[in-house]
Amino acid sequence: MASPGPQSVEARPSAWGGLSYLLDTPAKRGTAIALILAVMVAAPLSGPYATVILTNALLYTILALGLNIVVGYAGLLDLGYAAFFAVGAYSVGILTTTFGWNFWATIPVAVVAAMIAGIVIGGPTLRLRSDYLAIVTLGFGEIVRIAARNLKITGSASGISGIEQPWLFGWHIKSSTDFYYVFLVLAVIGILVSVRLAGSRLGRAWLYVRHDEDAAEAMGINRVRVKLAAYVIGAIYGSIGGAFFAANLGAISPDSFSFKQSTLFLMAVILGGMGKIPGVILGAFVVVLAPEILRDFGSWRYLIFAVGLLLIMLYRPSGIWPAGSKR
Amino acid sequence: MALLDLKGVSLGFAGNRVLQDVNFAVERGAIVSLIGPNGAGKTSLFNCITGFYKPQRGSIVFDGAETLRMKPYQVTRSGIARTFQNVRLFRQMSVLENVMSGQHCRSSAGAVGAVLRLPSQRREEGRIAAIAGECLRFVGVDPDEWDRDATTLAYGHQRRVEIARALATQPKLLLLDEPAAGLTKGEKAELVTLIIRIRDERNVAVLLIEHDTGLVMTISERVSVLDHGVMIAEGTPKEIQANPRVIEAYLGSEDAEAALAL
Repeated sequence: MASPGPQSVEARPSAWGGLSYLLDTPAKRGTAIALILAVMVAAPLSGPYATVILTNALLYTILALGLNIVVGYAGLLDLGYAAFFAVGAYSVGILTTTFGWNFWATIPVAVVAAMIAGIVIGGPTLRLRSDYLAIVTLGFGEIVRIAARNLKITGSASGISGIEQPWLFGWHIKSSTDFYYVFLVLAVIGILVSVRLAGSRLGRAWLYVRHDEDAAEAMGINRVRVKLAAYVIGAIYGSIGGAFFAANLGAISPDSFSFKQSTLFLMAVILGGMGKIPGVILGAFVVVLAPEILRDFGSWRYLIFAVGLLLIMLYRPSGIWPAGSKR
Repeated sequence: MALLDLKGVSLGFAGNRVLQDVNFAVERGAIVSLIGPNGAGKTSLFNCITGFYKPQRGSIVFDGAETLRMKPYQVTRSGIARTFQNVRLFRQMSVLENVMSGQHCRSSAGAVGAVLRLPSQRREEGRIAAIAGECLRFVGVDPDEWDRDATTLAYGHQRRVEIARALATQPKLLLLDEPAAGLTKGEKAELVTLIIRIRDERNVAVLLIEHDTGLVMTISERVSVLDHGVMIAEGTPKEIQANPRVIEAYLGSEDAEAALAL
């Protein structure tokens, strides 16, 4: 590739969005990332309460990254993302308790189950325009939750408890600090996968299809296939998040997978800035941390949180993370 | 055998006949124009050829294969590329990324290759960018513009990028839907040169819909005239200019100016 001219450097799109002028060299970006990682690694020193909350924020990060591929990259509105989260959690719950499987052996099953669910739901609906997908995913989310509530194998309304905490090469992952690090590693992997996908042939195809389906198809892109890939990859993120969520809590119940959960995941994606990885991570942290930080305000906190959200949507409709100069 | 061969193509929407029994062919390496008054069905015919519309009757054979039942992306893969009447570049994406889209159907790396950065995937990415760059140079868009957001370019350059994007699919036939619309006189002259170069240097047949009769008569080897969904004339530019049915079709429409230009 030819070297870009002086003016194009300014106009160059970047995952860093509007912060690209601050972090304009690989060295500065590396320092920023190392700094954030160092803070994240040291965070459990601030006490057990913070550790639990931050673990939850990391879980939301993983789920928001997955949903971002569906909503942010491919432009598909998914209102039932918690369903994939449930598929992962219940796969682990059922296989480890009822069938006595090792936790790690259940992960591939959880992933495959989510992929099948993704193909079954996405296959027929992704042929239609996106609006239909929102309705179908909304229904799918409810079906999974209600099925889990009524089936015997999922433990009905009381759910599944006694899910054993996993071992990893002689390390028993049991304390909240242990799980914090597991989720930190998962989140880092999730970010790497997202970054690599975004810069790939498939990542570009998602954007082509999101911006102009007809033009994309005229360029030889099978839009149904490309959307299905996004939907299924999103499902895998959700399922893995759910699997580790189940292991962390040791117990799951249908209430963990409600429509409200799907809305919160979606909110993390939209709040931070759809399609921008740092924005999505920020969104996940805001969604989890804001209610905690506002805890002093008692029952007023949700009102304050809601007003804050409205203000963000009014004044920064494309998310908190600054948009790139690409316009 | 012709590169593209349409036989008895009929298309209707809710009782409205858009195309009636259209027979039409494009030879390999030819430059052919499709003209006709507004609403004659020219773009509809393009949409039938590229798989966006499904004609109720007829056959469309491209390069020996029936394309009538193919989806648009399959038609593109088989070797037909197109541009749109109003430029439709992908917003918020760079010029280079826009043109890279054309190589999608000629490449195969999936999610696993991308996540693991397999050597085959990286080689393919390099090849996609190289071909896109070559197409951009060919249409005359310089590397210092490649990283800009495509929709911020001057209109004439956006048109060129759209042609580069279509060329990046490595087609045998290029369909241009009113490529000269909105261009200045100088840009039109450059477009003529570009179309001839596309045919001569890349061996791609070109079929264009165009309202600028002067441009059509300059570059086309054959001209077909569509009026109210019926193919009323076909021949060399000279024959078309002398054809009374063509002049009548134009005079009876709002495009009387075009008739005078004929």
